[in-house]
Amino acid sequence: MNHLPLIIKREYLTKVKNKSFIIMTFVSPLIMVALIAVVAYLSQVNNDKQRTISVLDETGLLTDVFKNTDNTTYNILKGSNLEDAKLTVREKEEYGLLHIASTNDIANVLPAVKFYSEESPSISIISSLERKIEKKLSDTKLQMVGGVDLEKIEASRANISIDQETFSGEKTSKVDSYMKLAFGGFAGYLLFMFIIIYGNMIMRSIIEEKTSRIIEVIISSVKPIQLMMGKIIGTSLAGITQFVIWMIVGGALVTILSMVFGISMTEMQTPQQDLINEAMKNPEVANEMQLAFQSFLNLPMTNLIVAFLFFFIGGYLLYSSLYAAVGAAVDNETDTQQFMMPIIMPLILAVYVGIFTVIEDPHGTVSTVFSFIPFTSPVVMLMRIPFGVPLWQQAVSFLILVGTFMFTVWFAAKIYRVGILMYGKKPSYKELYKWIKY
Amino acid sequence: MNNLLVADSVSKSFGEFRALNSVSISVPKGSIFGLLGPNGAGKTTLIRIINQITMPDSGKVTLDGEPLRPEHIQNIGYLPEERGLYKSMKVGEQALYLAQLKGLDKKVARERLKYWFDKLEIGDWWNKKIQELSKGQAQKIQFVVTVLHQPKLLIFDEPFSGFDPINANLIKDEILQLRDEGATVIFSTHRMESVEELCDHIALIHKSNKVLDGKLTDIKRQYKTNTFEVGLQTNAVDEVTKAIKGKFEVFPATFKNLNDDVKLNVKLNANDSSNDLLSFLTSKAEVHHFVEVVPSANDIFIQTVKNN
Repeated sequence: MNHLPLIIKREYLTKVKNKSFIIMTFVSPLIMVALIAVVAYLSQVNNDKQRTISVLDETGLLTDVFKNTDNTTYNILKGSNLEDAKLTVREKEEYGLLHIASTNDIANVLPAVKFYSEESPSISIISSLERKIEKKLSDTKLQMVGGVDLEKIEASRANISIDQETFSGEKTSKVDSYMKLAFGGFAGYLLFMFIIIYGNMIMRSIIEEKTSRIIEVIISSVKPIQLMMGKIIGTSLAGITQFVIWMIVGGALVTILSMVFGISMTEMQTPQQDLINEAMKNPEVANEMQLAFQSFLNLPMTNLIVAFLFFFIGGYLLYSSLYAAVGAAVDNETDTQQFMMPIIMPLILAVYVGIFTVIEDPHGTVSTVFSFIPFTSPVVMLMRIPFGVPLWQQAVSFLILVGTFMFTVWFAAKIYRVGILMYGKKPSYKELYKWIKY
Repeated sequence: MNNLLVADSVSKSFGEFRALNSVSISVPKGSIFGLLGPNGAGKTTLIRIINQITMPDSGKVTLDGEPLRPEHIQNIGYLPEERGLYKSMKVGEQALYLAQLKGLDKKVARERLKYWFDKLEIGDWWNKKIQELSKGQAQKIQFVVTVLHQPKLLIFDEPFSGFDPINANLIKDEILQLRDEGATVIFSTHRMESVEELCDHIALIHKSNKVLDGKLTDIKRQYKTNTFEVGLQTNAVDEVTKAIKGKFEVFPATFKNLNDDVKLNVKLNANDSSNDLLSFLTSKAEVHHFVEVVPSANDIFIQTVKNN
């Protein structure tokens, strides 16, 4: 008799119909979006602040560099001395005073530039000022060398981006690498979160069955392994449902919000809005953006999606069977701590290995080895795959994962079978070992 | 084939601990079979083996002549001692789910549930959650769920715990009715008075071994001491007492009687029949009370456990 579908259905419906689950599902994206909106709003408020910067240019070389923008007004002071200027700026409560000391030699202008202000100025302002001055000065210097046509120099400036290509003809670039990293990191991290959230959910639901004493009633009708698998699969489906709803609701909310408040997603990272705007005007950067989009399209999509599904499911099942075993071994959640450590450790290790070594060298020894060890392979392999992992490696790693998964399910089922009927004392590792032999 | 369930030299160890040591029982069809024993004797282990929750290390169990197979789960209804229901699930949904796990079709299960809910007058609980019910009410649901798939073999472990006397009686009558309709019942309890009331056969397990089994009446016969409660009416109390004491072994009596001139427990002499005692007594005084002392299940239990 196969009761698995029945059990999966019940587990799924119970989870999905649970009040706190429903609230979590619909309120979390609301909270997240609200949070993002608040941050965006605040940074916009910050950014909208009008500031006036007085410029005291004793050299008279740089005055034409400072052009007013939406947020920044440049007040060019003429003929006053530094002390007076400082006083006026202070009285008028302006943002600050840029002082360029008088000099005969243009080479000395650079060290003689100083910014005075009430409080430490924001980094973006300072770097924006620096860039303006730098540009002007180097242009001036070049002109002073004589016989130099600035336009020609501009035209001769070469922008190098080393194109990369593997021997098998796969083209990559630096932007590609970032894109791959982002993609792999996202996949690995998603798996990590999924395991922790829904693994815990499985564990709790097993503990609940033990504390409500229904387990023996159920177990006289179905095989423990069926019940365990039913729980794992049912809970995972509920988890996937929740994730999908989060995506949809989150997406919808962001769209609505940005329409209502006119906050576009790009503006959300605006503390350095000026920089980005400036960068966008730069044809090279615009080019890079296009490159990024291009490299997104260049990702080995089919491989990624297939591998993501395989490793996600494999890794999730591997860990959730362990969570199930822990749930069966104890009576209440407080007792789980001792057994959680050995489960969480390899997971965290996987994430760190993924973040630190895969960036450095996606095909180095450390990354490669960890992408074969079953407890870390789902996360690390998912991070590596965008960089192109030979299919045989993926296959071998996946086979090892499946093998280990079968072993852990067998192991978990043993513990589960004995554990669910044990009440009272929290078992020690020694006792757990004995259970396996029963 | 008169036995529905036969366990033949079943042994089970958990690590070093031997929970069952070559235990054999035969449960006759249509009987109520009392599975008795002190706490930790191994009853639950045996019951779990019958339910295929645990596998025996050695020995075999047959149901209706066939070695136990997973499909037999449908023929067994088990009410464990450690029992409960999903607290936040609705009564009706939960009962349907559990019935389906026992292999019942959803539609059939719904009809039978309606029948049982009406019978036990709990129809209006269908949409309540278990956590809204009292313990006794939840036990009723649990009972219904156990018997719903009309199993050949019913196993009740302490079925009356959590019930008030009225509901305990109700459940007892239901069990008897199920037996009359052809079900065989294995009944495990520490309440000896309900053993007395319900059981035809008993088996006593003590320290992992079966120490006693058989028909309850046979066992009682085996354990009887040939002692009779005797109540006499006479004017010469001392004289009569002395005469009886002179001829028989006598113990103080505790039975209740209107007349307490002479009240004794008298043991028959070897080779005497009860008639011999009776005629002796009638020759001495007027007999008002003459009853054989039958050992209670309780006495047998305590005596057997102590002797082992």
